Amino acid sequence: MPSLPRRAIGAFALIGAIVLALLAGFGWAAGWLGSRRISGGDITTALEANNGGAEPGYRRAHAKGLCFTSDFAANGKGSALTTAPILRAATIPVLGRFSLGGGNPLATDGRNVFHSMALLLKTPDGQEWRMALDHTPIFPVADVPSFIALQRATTPDPRTGKPDPAVLQPFLAAHPEVKAFQATMAKAVLPNSFANATYYSINAFRFTDAAGTTRFVRWQFVPEAPLAGLDKQHLDQLPRDALFQEMIARTARGPSRWHLLLIEANPGDVTDKATIAWQGPHRTIDAGTLTIRATQPEETGRCRDFNFDPTILPEGIALSDDPLLAARSKGYSSSFTRRAAEGPHASAIGEDLAKGAQQ
Amino acid sequence: MTRASLDFHPALRVLHWLMAALVLAMLFIGVFMVSTSGPAYVALLDLHRPIGIAILVLVLLRLPLRLATGAPALPEDLAPLQKRIAWGSHVLLYATLFALPLVGWGMLSAGGYPVRLGGGVVLPPILPHDLALYALLRAAHTAIALAFFALILLHLAAALMHGLVRRDGVLRSMTTGHRQAHTPSLADDDNHGETATLPA
Repeated sequence: MPSLPRRAIGAFALIGAIVLALLAGFGWAAGWLGSRRISGGDITTALEANNGGAEPGYRRAHAKGLCFTSDFAANGKGSALTTAPILRAATIPVLGRFSLGGGNPLATDGRNVFHSMALLLKTPDGQEWRMALDHTPIFPVADVPSFIALQRATTPDPRTGKPDPAVLQPFLAAHPEVKAFQATMAKAVLPNSFANATYYSINAFRFTDAAGTTRFVRWQFVPEAPLAGLDKQHLDQLPRDALFQEMIARTARGPSRWHLLLIEANPGDVTDKATIAWQGPHRTIDAGTLTIRATQPEETGRCRDFNFDPTILPEGIALSDDPLLAARSKGYSSSFTRRAAEGPHASAIGEDLAKGAQQ
Repeated sequence: MTRASLDFHPALRVLHWLMAALVLAMLFIGVFMVSTSGPAYVALLDLHRPIGIAILVLVLLRLPLRLATGAPALPEDLAPLQKRIAWGSHVLLYATLFALPLVGWGMLSAGGYPVRLGGGVVLPPILPHDLALYALLRAAHTAIALAFFALILLHLAAALMHGLVRRDGVLRSMTTGHRQAHTPSLADDDNHGETATLPA
């Protein structure tokens, strides 16, 4: 091969350098080079490990659930805070899901864990408002690294069935917010029905009104049914699907209703940490009524194949600076993609129905 | 179709560089947002959808323009195999420009997600809500994107070979153009340019 002119050697070097620089930049962007980022997969894997392994085909959190169909009648008062068409006076159909916290789809209902309601509201122009609400006004941790550390620290030891104190105690010492949350959970009433729990947005969001004014808002769905609690001393005596069966029977008798209360932040309220509750009186707007009219097991309902990602918002509602929101979105998305590839599996309620049909 | 001019149509050159910037930005945005669960994830995802649809719209304009106005002939001294590789790689580049946004749109449709472009604009689904289909398209979206980046690097390296090593006017046909069509350039980096004036 004839020797290359000096000019060509320089040109080859330049081309190689450009291609390598692009590759290196791409590798950095993808997180293959440089400092490691926490991906959605890391969150999902931490949830799976906490559960003692993945439950293929199910949500990695809030695996046990029941679909429902409902409608939301907005009274228009929410338009004082947001331009979102969903809060203008009108009634729209709403798809939803009740669930209990944890990654075990066949777990017993007698556990002091999140009782949750997820909603998908959609206006005819295609705009959606998805929510994943819990029965506690706050969350145990404020950010993603703490969430993953919480999953690790609370993973049951296979020998004792309880978290390893040697791991849990240092974690709690470093995370007073988790300790505070546990204390709140221990004292709080554990609703004895999905129908009498208040469900909270957990995070704050930015609402923008027609004049362009932006305010921070948290919201909650407050039930018309009066709150009554489970006996926490005897949770282990509840039948496996007691709460879900109660909701199915209750809905067969008649609808259950909640009021959507929009709570505007006061000056000084923390809006970027879901671990801190807002204290004292707040401007509160009752924006409308959610009416649950029918329940369906996940096998026949439509809720199973949706990701109730709380960052899917209509115009006029945007994310706050709470870092948990992006993490929830990413973690849910990763869980969704995994279970989509694995294919659906039977739900606890679907299993009950199949057994009932055999008898 | 071979173009009589030494250069690509000026509108095609503008589209090429506009899309080059958008596509490179999209590939970097795409891999970054997948790698993080930080606040950048949601912000980048909000950019990813409208830019992807913009690329789809631009390639819908670009392909007919490219077919109508043609491409300048490649240098005569280029080996036939190299010419075939050049042709094949360009077909693949165009196919990917269509495929990647369509797979992304289809994947969100199959996953039951709204395709939000911002400003309250939501595109309709183009596929039924089906999680098995979603899983397939989600994996395909990543695989096609990574292959696309590799193809773009090859395309870039080949273009720079033409411009810096061979100096045959091929790179210039997509950049500043030749000073005067139908007149062989006086510049010594353009000693094959006249071949493009031969009738095809």
